[in-house]
Amino acid sequence: MMVGLDAKATWDELVHGSILEDRSIDLRGQSVLVATSDQFRAAAALIELDGIARRVVLYPPDLSREHLPYVAKTAEADILVSDLPEIASMTHGMGSVIHCGRSIVPRNADSGAVIETEWVLLTSGTTGRPKLALHTLSSLADSAWHTDPSSGSTVWSTFYDMRRYGGLHIFLHAALTGTSLVLSSAQESTADFLTRAGAHGVTHISGTPSHWRRVLMSSLADRIAPEYIRMSGEIVDQAILNQVKLQYPHTRVAHTFASTEAGVGFYVDDGLMGFSPELLTQNPRVEIKVQDGTLRIRSTRTASRYLGADSPALKDADGFVDTGDTVELRQGRFYFTGRRDGIINVGGFKVHPEEVEAVINRHPVVAMSLVKAKKNPITGSLVIADVVLKTLSGKGSEASQQDILQYCRAELDPHKVPTAINIVAMLAIGDSGKLVRRA
Amino acid sequence: MDTKSEIIAQFTQVAREHDKRLAPLTDDLALLDSGLDSLCFAIVVARLETSLGKDPFSEDEDARFPVTFGDFIRFYENATR
Repeated sequence: MMVGLDAKATWDELVHGSILEDRSIDLRGQSVLVATSDQFRAAAALIELDGIARRVVLYPPDLSREHLPYVAKTAEADILVSDLPEIASMTHGMGSVIHCGRSIVPRNADSGAVIETEWVLLTSGTTGRPKLALHTLSSLADSAWHTDPSSGSTVWSTFYDMRRYGGLHIFLHAALTGTSLVLSSAQESTADFLTRAGAHGVTHISGTPSHWRRVLMSSLADRIAPEYIRMSGEIVDQAILNQVKLQYPHTRVAHTFASTEAGVGFYVDDGLMGFSPELLTQNPRVEIKVQDGTLRIRSTRTASRYLGADSPALKDADGFVDTGDTVELRQGRFYFTGRRDGIINVGGFKVHPEEVEAVINRHPVVAMSLVKAKKNPITGSLVIADVVLKTLSGKGSEASQQDILQYCRAELDPHKVPTAINIVAMLAIGDSGKLVRRA
Repeated sequence: MDTKSEIIAQFTQVAREHDKRLAPLTDDLALLDSGLDSLCFAIVVARLETSLGKDPFSEDEDARFPVTFGDFIRFYENATR
């Protein structure tokens, strides 16, 4: 069973039904761009299109519509699938538009051969245009099959949108194993989603650390009682692992390294941040190495390439994907320190915002934080932080600022200590589930 | 608080936060001998931007960098924004 905010269907209904006006004949062999209003429609369309379409492009909900013509052209899309009047009223350079309804009708048997459909996932570049990463069902499903052991009564859910890698991974696992799945919705508050997930008896649930910080700040965190929680998509620090464990003492809490380009690298289930070097060689099917400070992955789970004539290479000459995620070996364990392209340069000293956030987040009054650069005429940049306090911290914001600063001074090198702490009510989390970082 | 007093307050505060030994802040004190490193200066400048509402370093990128503490004060006193 797949459950959306206002629609649901069994996997069997989805496999044998059509949400695309039963137009298999028109869709066969075509490149199809799917831009729907919600995850349920996109998921139903994906199930229908796989094996028929030459290529399927999943347009994520948070990506600006202005990129639609570029994405359509780069993916050589022939057909637009949408239920959104403002999108479906134009072809955006594509040959035709197929309306994606809400009801699933029985599908007429299609006698054509099964095509190995290419799946295109969009990754938000730091600036400008999205990148189009090319996968197939087998590269995506390879890790989905091997995901956490599920029992018969498992109900999966995820804060991720299934049009992004983190959500698609869970969707595929559920679809391929026939496990029930509760989809989140952008129209829903964290509290409403928790209530709905709880009502459906969700047992397994994934999200970013930012998603989980929001859960812990919600008064309805106890609406769910999962057996298993998984975090990914951002650096998992010890504070969030401990706090989630405190909220859900009987839950197994794991984290995983995965990205759209590199696929799923590994799972960490020892309750600690970072990962053991043994994980690098644990899975013979996934080769992982650290080179020039960043994690590199070669496996059948990686995307094959970026679409587009002037796109950068997705892999190096040896077939490794450079994740751009920087790691450091400290006392026998690897720790993620940030993104190579997110480094703040303070007078020649490099600062990873995530490292500073991890320290701030350990402070007991802090719910979440965002560290960023402030331009400075002497050192080029300085580090500043926006901090959300826990509601019941009991301290005034000024006292908290001083406390947090003192804590940072004790824990961090001087150039990493924020020069200003701004107390804010909330931090923006993008539809990708990650903190919105702007230069 | 006037510009000079604010600058002295920030020098003192930043030196204390960073465990720096601050030299007596006389007008002819060379900034390089003040005991503050460049990170400390960067922080002083950032805080003065907040408290005085001006950042003369960014106002004129070709301006001659102040050498003494007295230069530094005049640099701020003469800045318009």
